Amino acid sequence: MLSHIVRRVLQSFGVLAVMSLLVFAAVYAVGNPMDILVNPQSDQDEIARATAALGLDRPLLEQYFIFIKHASTGDLGRSFAFNVPAIGLILERMPATLELATAAMLIAVLLGIPLGLWAGLKPRSAAGRTIMAGSILGFSLPTFWVGLMLIMVFSVWLGWLPTSGRGSTTNLIGIPVSFLTLEGLRHLALPAANLALFNVSLLIRLTRSGTREALQQDYVRFARAKGLTETRIVGVHVLRNVLVPVVTVAGVEFGSVIAFAVVTESIFAWPGMGKLLIDSINVLDRPVIVGYLCIVVTLFVAINLFVDLLYSWLDPRVRPGEAR
Amino acid sequence: MHRLLRILVAGSILWSLPAHGAELRIGLAADVTSMDPHFLGIAPNINMAWHVFDALTHVDEDARLIPGLAVSWRAVDATTWEFRLRRGVRFHDGTELTAEDVVFSIERTFQVPNGQFRTFTQRIVGKEALDAHTLRLKTATPYAMVPYDLNSVFIVSRKAAARSGPEDFDSGKAMIGTGPFRFVRFARGDRVELARNDDYWGAQGGKSAAWEKVTFRIVPTDPARLAGLLSGDLDAIEQVPTADLPRIRRDARLQTAQKVSWRTIFFHLDQQHDRAPGLADKAGRSLARNPFRDLRVRRALSKAINRQAISERLMDGAALPASNLVSPPVFGYAPDLKPEPYDPDGAKRLLAEAGYPDGFAMTLSATNNRYVNDEQIAQAVAQMLARVGVRARVEVFPINAYLPKARKHEFAFAMLGWGSFSGDLALRTLVATPNPERGFGAWNWSGYSNPKVDELLERGFASVDEKRREALAREAMRLAMRDYAVIPLHHQIATWAMRKPLAYAPRTDEFTFAHRFQAR
Repeated sequence: MLSHIVRRVLQSFGVLAVMSLLVFAAVYAVGNPMDILVNPQSDQDEIARATAALGLDRPLLEQYFIFIKHASTGDLGRSFAFNVPAIGLILERMPATLELATAAMLIAVLLGIPLGLWAGLKPRSAAGRTIMAGSILGFSLPTFWVGLMLIMVFSVWLGWLPTSGRGSTTNLIGIPVSFLTLEGLRHLALPAANLALFNVSLLIRLTRSGTREALQQDYVRFARAKGLTETRIVGVHVLRNVLVPVVTVAGVEFGSVIAFAVVTESIFAWPGMGKLLIDSINVLDRPVIVGYLCIVVTLFVAINLFVDLLYSWLDPRVRPGEAR
Repeated sequence: MHRLLRILVAGSILWSLPAHGAELRIGLAADVTSMDPHFLGIAPNINMAWHVFDALTHVDEDARLIPGLAVSWRAVDATTWEFRLRRGVRFHDGTELTAEDVVFSIERTFQVPNGQFRTFTQRIVGKEALDAHTLRLKTATPYAMVPYDLNSVFIVSRKAAARSGPEDFDSGKAMIGTGPFRFVRFARGDRVELARNDDYWGAQGGKSAAWEKVTFRIVPTDPARLAGLLSGDLDAIEQVPTADLPRIRRDARLQTAQKVSWRTIFFHLDQQHDRAPGLADKAGRSLARNPFRDLRVRRALSKAINRQAISERLMDGAALPASNLVSPPVFGYAPDLKPEPYDPDGAKRLLAEAGYPDGFAMTLSATNNRYVNDEQIAQAVAQMLARVGVRARVEVFPINAYLPKARKHEFAFAMLGWGSFSGDLALRTLVATPNPERGFGAWNWSGYSNPKVDELLERGFASVDEKRREALAREAMRLAMRDYAVIPLHHQIATWAMRKPLAYAPRTDEFTFAHRFQAR
């Protein structure tokens, strides 16, 4: 088990190195950030001076090695646009994104699994068909459009929820969070729902097909023959088997939700990491772009590792150390 | 069920009522990156700095220079400027403003890591405080623009800002200014909160603003900002998308404020190189000469553009056809120049005269996320050029990819927008012969070079007599425009929208100032 974890960590360092070089080269290819960030009134000397001050006039590889040297001590550089350390900037925005992503995944799990189970148990009922039709919509409607529609309906027409932003936050062990106050929850509701929509649909479909498959299995028939109650059959025997792929997918999706919260964060002006990334790409703020991607890759690796562990707990057959 | 619905509807009305009168919530279109007023010279940051800080000189709503923290200034001799500071001005912490704070602020522009405001202070070679309220600034060579440059230098408190970095401004520790609002809180990427400064010097016994509390919310997505206004989350927004203007005007709860902006949209044409990228005849063979070097071709392209149609239809009236590089209220605008009339037949004749009876093919480069409707404007201009036989292929880029390419002279015909508070400053940057030593032509993508224009500008900048300087600036503008150094398109008209009964006194520099909102 330990060697498995060590191997995964080493792999992730390789991924980080390759990714950072690619991003570095890509941002370099787009152009000199000082062309965008410099005060329009400045003259050529000033642009050259600003470029040199940030070391942006040096060859690409030299810049990269300087970056690696600093990165190995945990310093990802200072943001060109915000003039504060990039890593601090990203970590400052992280709680907002994690809160949004967690809320979205909770909604996805709490809605997706029960609805999928229902649709799987009663596939021919009106409810089952409605759930499946709804999930197709959730899959195919673009997030951007749905977000705007949610704002139109719930904020502009009905006036129930705020249109954007995070509202006031309260501190939970030093981390600003929204979910502790009604005000914060009202701000969280629409973006979380928007971000959850795709995953609700995904989990409905996964759970439904898993349920239908499980119902055909011998162990379910055997349980029925044994005279177990329907609740116990579904709640224990079916659900446990359905959950194995669902957990894997939900884990991977949690990573994607963090990484791709960008669209939702932009529409709802949610001050998370994704919005920071977009803003940074717009001004070629390389330290932030590279730092963000390093952190997201690390998160992905960590989540995958966690999913592996959870998986082996749910399904004893896949425990790496105990394979026979 | 019906009862539940009624409760919900009632609740929604309560929620959508505007907040109590003393608070103002404004939706900003672009992110404020830092509170440090000496770091980045980008509009959102400067807009915020003007609430908390002042400068020695201010500009009024027409971008004309007016007294700020300095009540008067004069040129003692050709290289010395004397500024008299306003007496009795207090910082938010109660200390009095003195010449020492001004000296400190000028010096700080050189000390902020990667700060960009030294552009406005680097010509000052000597600073001398004659007494607490008189300051003399020396330049190495005669330089008339010192009072203009100091409009960009915010005065911070020496006591609060000594040995403080950008983080201290973001946290509020060093955010001590003399401006109409005190700093309360900066939540990066989300909001800036301010409170009224009841001791503001500009209030003259009254109140500096109608609002005790102001919250700037950062909402860059256009539809979301508009939705915020419609739902009552926001009281006012800036940069209203032109497509939504008719809808807002129909809404009885809302009203708009408009003013011609200092931002002029124009095209740079490469007149420097014998061959420019994308230029070819219609069969795709490269041309022997660069047609843009011929004045007749430049004039023909200008005549081929129907500016009236672009302003009225494409921009929904939120643009003014341009003949100058600066808009009408701005210093140095030459009122005798008139926008080029739309004349496709004349354009064809000129092209034939210049040896292009069948026209030619070119690439029209533009941004797609910088100026109002930039991509649509590029498409419309390309269609207008097609009518006179010039086939323009439109290529658009986001601004972050566009500017670096333009600087490397990869564009032959390129859109740019520029805001400047005087005509000679705009000419210096955009059409003067590139010369890094004098700071001329930093954005002269055309490569236009006219010694006469350069000389007029030099003389203007060396002249401390404003009337004479304006005459010289106008003369230089006429010369450059008659040469079609660039092809001006239009001046943007900036639009704000707000809930009634709010009203806004708009500014030509497009800034959104909380103290200029009034509840009528």
